[in-house]
Amino acid sequence: MLEFPTWKKLWFWGLTLVISVAALPSLFSVSGLRWPQALPNPQVSLGLDLAGGSHILLEANEKQVAQQRLENMEESVRARLRLADPRIRIGDISSANGRLSFMLKDPAQVDAARDEILPLTTGAGLTGQRDWDIRVEDGSRFVLTPTREGLQQAVSNAMDSAIEVVRKRIDALGTREPTIIRQGENRIVVQVPGLDDPQALKNLLGQTAKLEFKLVDETATPTDVAQGIVPPGDEIVPWSDPNAPGSGGVPVLAVKRLGGIKGDQLTDARQSFDSRNNTPVVSITFDQTGGAKFAKLTSENVNKRFAIILDGKVLSAPSINEPIMGGSAQISGSFSVQSATQLAIALRSGALPVDLTVVEERTVGPDLGADSIKKGLIAMGIGSGLVVLLMIAVYGRFGIYATIALVFNLLMILGIMAVMGTTLTLPGIAGFVLTIGAAVDANVLIYERMREERKKGRRVIAAVENGYKEASRAIYDANITNFIAGVLLFAFGSGPVRGFAVVLIIGLFTSVFTGVMLTRMWVASWLRKARPTELNV
Amino acid sequence: MRLLKLVPDNTNIKFLRWRVPFYVVSMILIAASWGLIMTKGLNYGVDFAGGQEIEATFTKQAEAPVADLRKEVGKLGYGDPVIQRFGAPNEVSIRTKLPASAEGNAGAAEAISKQVIAAIRASNPDVRIESVSTVSGKVSGEFRQTAIYALGAAMLAISIYIWVRFEWQFGVGALFALFHDVSLTLGMFALLQLEFSLQIIAAILAIIGYSLNDTIVVYDRIREDLKKFRKMPLPELLDMSVNETLARTVMTSATLLVALIPLLFFGPESLFGLTAAIVLGIFVGTYSSIYMAAPILIWLGVSGSSFVPTESAVERQERLARERSARP
Repeated sequence: MLEFPTWKKLWFWGLTLVISVAALPSLFSVSGLRWPQALPNPQVSLGLDLAGGSHILLEANEKQVAQQRLENMEESVRARLRLADPRIRIGDISSANGRLSFMLKDPAQVDAARDEILPLTTGAGLTGQRDWDIRVEDGSRFVLTPTREGLQQAVSNAMDSAIEVVRKRIDALGTREPTIIRQGENRIVVQVPGLDDPQALKNLLGQTAKLEFKLVDETATPTDVAQGIVPPGDEIVPWSDPNAPGSGGVPVLAVKRLGGIKGDQLTDARQSFDSRNNTPVVSITFDQTGGAKFAKLTSENVNKRFAIILDGKVLSAPSINEPIMGGSAQISGSFSVQSATQLAIALRSGALPVDLTVVEERTVGPDLGADSIKKGLIAMGIGSGLVVLLMIAVYGRFGIYATIALVFNLLMILGIMAVMGTTLTLPGIAGFVLTIGAAVDANVLIYERMREERKKGRRVIAAVENGYKEASRAIYDANITNFIAGVLLFAFGSGPVRGFAVVLIIGLFTSVFTGVMLTRMWVASWLRKARPTELNV
Repeated sequence: MRLLKLVPDNTNIKFLRWRVPFYVVSMILIAASWGLIMTKGLNYGVDFAGGQEIEATFTKQAEAPVADLRKEVGKLGYGDPVIQRFGAPNEVSIRTKLPASAEGNAGAAEAISKQVIAAIRASNPDVRIESVSTVSGKVSGEFRQTAIYALGAAMLAISIYIWVRFEWQFGVGALFALFHDVSLTLGMFALLQLEFSLQIIAAILAIIGYSLNDTIVVYDRIREDLKKFRKMPLPELLDMSVNETLARTVMTSATLLVALIPLLFFGPESLFGLTAAIVLGIFVGTYSSIYMAAPILIWLGVSGSSFVPTESAVERQERLARERSARP
């Protein structure tokens, strides 16, 4: 037990020193010194609660994904059956209750219709389900129900592209080092350090930026529309600004539900000014297919109005004076320069495939963190001082060993955190203090056992040996229960609380190493050298 | 050099003589804690209650004008704000509810926080806004749920570990001691109406880990003594084990306390709740490791045969000799 061959000593010291050295760059930066640039520079990063910044949790609206999917399916089914040869006529289309149903005019076409629709579905999940379930009721009614797997896959895809869009938008703001992580099935965590005004960021993330161009149904009279009465195939869309020119004082507008174009086929979007009245507008450029569609829509509908709809609200409804063939257009609609710029960024980065809402948001100013670090360090200093005093007063020479072990312990925790790139948070500081108090507990158990063994009359060496051996059981059991609690803390916690768990868990391992293994090495070499006949413990 | 001894050598305190009254008192305390939690409730912070919380420091006033703030912010029409001091007297947190229309709507929530900040700043130009947190009802509900799961899972997992390492009676004892510690800590938070946040859950999880350390030390010794003195009446044996480990129990708790108490007084204000909870948990945990975890073994019927060791002939001789010498 007390035999320490040279290789073991070298190994212990090497491990201790290498990990402790990794803590130095972080200590340098806290104390304001400069770490030589030529050397590797692992740093403990500070959490938002210490460095200041914003934490935003966004949640995607899953119902909307389902709704969107239903609409797309309806459009695909209509197009597909219309183009079928011979044409398959359908009627009584309904997308109520989250499923799509329609009747075939000619029940004899059931098989033909099924052959047309089946390719519109794809496999989803690992077990070979399809993303839609197709059933035929009463011989001629088709019912398409989205499967759970299909929906999950759709949400997952939507989240993947939402994260891309969020990243592009944050980059467009020129923010430093943002962290963007998917959380769970339908959430995204965005962390941006050191942001003074998160308003712009939040506005940008909260904007879906789904741009649509739909034809205005001029046959609907404004009074009917205001009462919610519209011709079949129309939908009512509210104006974003009820007093916008062209609204005629009616807060809603009837547009044709299908046959419009989506604004997702853009190559560019810029804020600019309308040459006629010098108001801010957003200039957009379509890509080739988008431009062709836009040209077709405008040339087929000269002298009619089309509504420019952003996130379900009408921005403006200009008349089509002539076909727009060049593939570029202007979006007008009561903008300020700032809101036009923001829309341009949002359109450039693409529409979010799904609405995101902010469900949690925390912003910490930069002063609070600096103050917390200072106060935390002071408290940690006093606390460690008291622990050291108590240990030395009670255990003498052995207390000194425990103290040296404690210093290496703290350095090693910091070093491991720096190398692993974990984050130090405000509760993490409390974790350090708690670890200081708990780390020496292993020494207490060992030394008390030595005391007891000595009282029982064992010789010095046997007492020390038994002290380490008999106390180990309780030390390991205690550390394992702490580890269980720490892991649950990590699993349950978010952000700052996780930082607490990280320090505690790393601290458990380093405490056992420094408090038990290192002190045993030091005690052993003292015994060998001094050959004491009495243990003053 | 004479070394300091927190606990004198060879104590022989009859801890277990008073086990029934102590248990009765503890049961009353546990019941009272739950009574308080049910009736008075915990003072949920923004993490668990949802809404918006603004932390502010008044740089030129010694004391935050709490009454004024309540009036000014109350006028805005988002209900009565909850205004609490934390740490220094010039630092407050102001909690307001969010109207349903602002749930999940970043713009609206932001507008409300701007209004509140403007209202504070109007009469207190020296205010410095430290942080703004907005938590929607959905997320705070989830936090409450996961918190309960995490506490329950930690207590169960640790008890199962103790059961595997010792005997089922010890697992039940540990679970009971943990339940005692968690109940009393929660009860204290209900009584004092300290803000109950995610940090406090973190503290309680830490307590679940650390308060058991003392229990494990005592249990480890009980197991050792049970193997050595198989004929000794259990209450006597438990008293012996507790006395033998008393110095350890006191010393390990003392090192934790001297490390943490400075954090309570000199540390960052936002850690006060967390530190207070852990300090409280250490006191409660030390007590429970002696008075809750040990006596329950008597009622659960632990005996010398609970740990029948596979004894060699030599060991048997040694044991008999020990038992002879232990008898008066």
